[in-house]
Amino acid sequence: MDAIILQILNGLDKGSAYALIALGLTLIFGTLGVVNFAHGALFMIGAFCAVTLSRLLSLSHEVAIPGQVDFLGNPATRDVPYVFDIFGEALGSSIIDWAVPLSILFAIPIMILVGVIMERGLIKHFYKRPHADQILVTFGLAIVLQEIIKYYYGANPIPTPAPEAFTGSFDFGALIGFEPNTIIYPYWRLVYFAFAAIIIGAVFAFLQFTTFGMVVRAGMADRETVGLLGINIDKRFTIMFGLAAAVAGLAGVMYTPINSPNYHMGMDFLVLSFVVVVVGGMGSLPGAVLAGFLLGILESFASMREVIDIIPGINQVIIYLVAIVILLTRPRGLMGRKGVMED
Amino acid sequence: MFGLNKKDASLLLIVAGLVAFAPFLLNPFPEGSAMAQFNAGYPDLMQRFVIFGIFAIGFNILFGLTGYLSFGHAAFLGVGSYAAVWMFKLLSMNVLPAIVLAVITAGAFALIIGYVSLRRSGIYFSILTLAFAQMSFALAYSVLTPITGGETGLQLALDDPRILESASASEGNIPVPGLFGLEMRDSFEMVMGSWVFTFNFGYYFCAVIMLIAFYLSIRIFRSPFGMMLRAIKSNQQRLNYTGVNPRPYTLAAFVISGMYAGLAGGLMASMDPLAGAERMFWTASGEVVLMTILGGVGTLIGPVLGAGMIKYMENIISKINSDILHGWFAFLPDGLEDLVVTMIYPFIGKGWHLTLGIVFMLVVIFLPGGLVEGGQKLANLFGRKKADNPKSASTEPAE
Repeated sequence: MDAIILQILNGLDKGSAYALIALGLTLIFGTLGVVNFAHGALFMIGAFCAVTLSRLLSLSHEVAIPGQVDFLGNPATRDVPYVFDIFGEALGSSIIDWAVPLSILFAIPIMILVGVIMERGLIKHFYKRPHADQILVTFGLAIVLQEIIKYYYGANPIPTPAPEAFTGSFDFGALIGFEPNTIIYPYWRLVYFAFAAIIIGAVFAFLQFTTFGMVVRAGMADRETVGLLGINIDKRFTIMFGLAAAVAGLAGVMYTPINSPNYHMGMDFLVLSFVVVVVGGMGSLPGAVLAGFLLGILESFASMREVIDIIPGINQVIIYLVAIVILLTRPRGLMGRKGVMED
Repeated sequence: MFGLNKKDASLLLIVAGLVAFAPFLLNPFPEGSAMAQFNAGYPDLMQRFVIFGIFAIGFNILFGLTGYLSFGHAAFLGVGSYAAVWMFKLLSMNVLPAIVLAVITAGAFALIIGYVSLRRSGIYFSILTLAFAQMSFALAYSVLTPITGGETGLQLALDDPRILESASASEGNIPVPGLFGLEMRDSFEMVMGSWVFTFNFGYYFCAVIMLIAFYLSIRIFRSPFGMMLRAIKSNQQRLNYTGVNPRPYTLAAFVISGMYAGLAGGLMASMDPLAGAERMFWTASGEVVLMTILGGVGTLIGPVLGAGMIKYMENIISKINSDILHGWFAFLPDGLEDLVVTMIYPFIGKGWHLTLGIVFMLVVIFLPGGLVEGGQKLANLFGRKKADNPKSASTEPAE
């Protein structure tokens, strides 16, 4: 029993990332009808927003330490981050410590901007073109974005730690009445899951309970009619694209302490996220979220030692295997709507 | 000629001529000159031109004719490579059985994957092929290590059985692949003044196979079968209504294109007898998509052009470094020189992928027909008749 709970917990953080990316992909697909292969790159850009902010915050200048000299006789110096000058040492160091969560505020405007520029500058021109062209041009864009990041940040992963308060693990088992030390779970993964749940809830609430969301949903159902009613649906869809970009970016920001960001992390996640979207059903938001968590948890179960001993290599292929089976037995995916992408 | 009409026959002859004289054509700059680094006439690169040409020709039979976008084609290339290397290990270093087995294995593999994947179309088909290819990659990398060599890749060893030629293996060197005594790496260098031209047996072997593959693809394009594939691309539903089941045709196209990929993989292993799982990774599948689109999807010559261009860029652009750039722009005033070099630097050397991505995006946005369409537009611009341009002769409307 405790092993099962542990695996479910382990699957949650990866599943959260899949669900968030798949949610954004589905939002874009459902509103604009575009298959966005550059969505993984948005996830990566989000992660590098966190890297950038933590670098900006630790920018420092040298300050002489009074009364001390180094071995050459010059006054000894130490690096003092500029943040210390502004906020004082105690607050400054905790700001640096909390760089990753702070990056959320930093990343939202950037990601929305990136998304809107992408939609207005490139994807707008591809609505009328076949899906294959959309896949190809966004694939090209993904390569370009990835290479730009690689040029400025290098090819190696950049460790970006979580705040001190969340670095450890805690005994989840003792909390729910199991033997101590059976279910140990890192704090940050729980934070990530909670964060993902909040974002997903917020997106759904936004679509369900606001006028804007209502219009967007109406546009998803019948774009032409909404346009004929005198509503500027294109503008709203552009904003939705920005929102989807922000969701992917935030997923990336918070993922940095779990996996050090590198320039190809977007592509790694993109392939899996597409599988997730297809399993969930193209165009279905709940399907994307459900499939994301489901596949994340399945993947974590498949990497249990007991399972690998029976079927070697299953942990590598389980997601693809499930995708193949689902696509062949339920062609629309788990919760796919009728009439979406059926050519 | 060979059952081709006049236009196709002249296209085939032109390609044959270009391929035969490639060692001259790709080495236009004298040895030791500043431009010598743009020479592409060395055997390794020329082999890659024709091998990836074969790969892209095969991919085009599937994507160009039926419109099914496979994102997992590299799996067949990888399987072909493994099969060929196993043949070298077990049977003999002769390349013929290796290549035959590579084609057959890749074809069988494509039959299985195609049978399952072709039940769906559109993006679902792309995802299914991608899933299969990633699965093959993951398995080759981990569980199938006894067959595939895992991370190190499959290599030849001294104690391989090689039942047909066990005697020659006793010399203490790992033998090299060859064709009835002629080794693939045999080269003949011709020095003409300051030019050096290399004629490599392996290259010409690949080139002959590429020409055969190209000829077959012309025949497929012009056959009733090819017509049927185009009908599937333009309107599958109408085809269903007329009582035609498109599945056997698409499956045949998928298997043929998988066999082309296997052939390319087998040749790759014949030129350099090792095979690694990274050949099956999905970026490798993406590369052949790039080649086909860049050259011109649905055209005969396009994929070959695209493959040549990408491989040329990969090898030549990635060799340029900042010193060379400084050399080129030395005539500019100092500050301006540095500025120009800084602006160009991200696009060269290790950044060649960036150049590739940008070129690819520009092609998809402005030239959906690829380089072939670009050539046509240029030809029209200069007011020549269409038929004068060899590229346009081969073009079919992509729809």
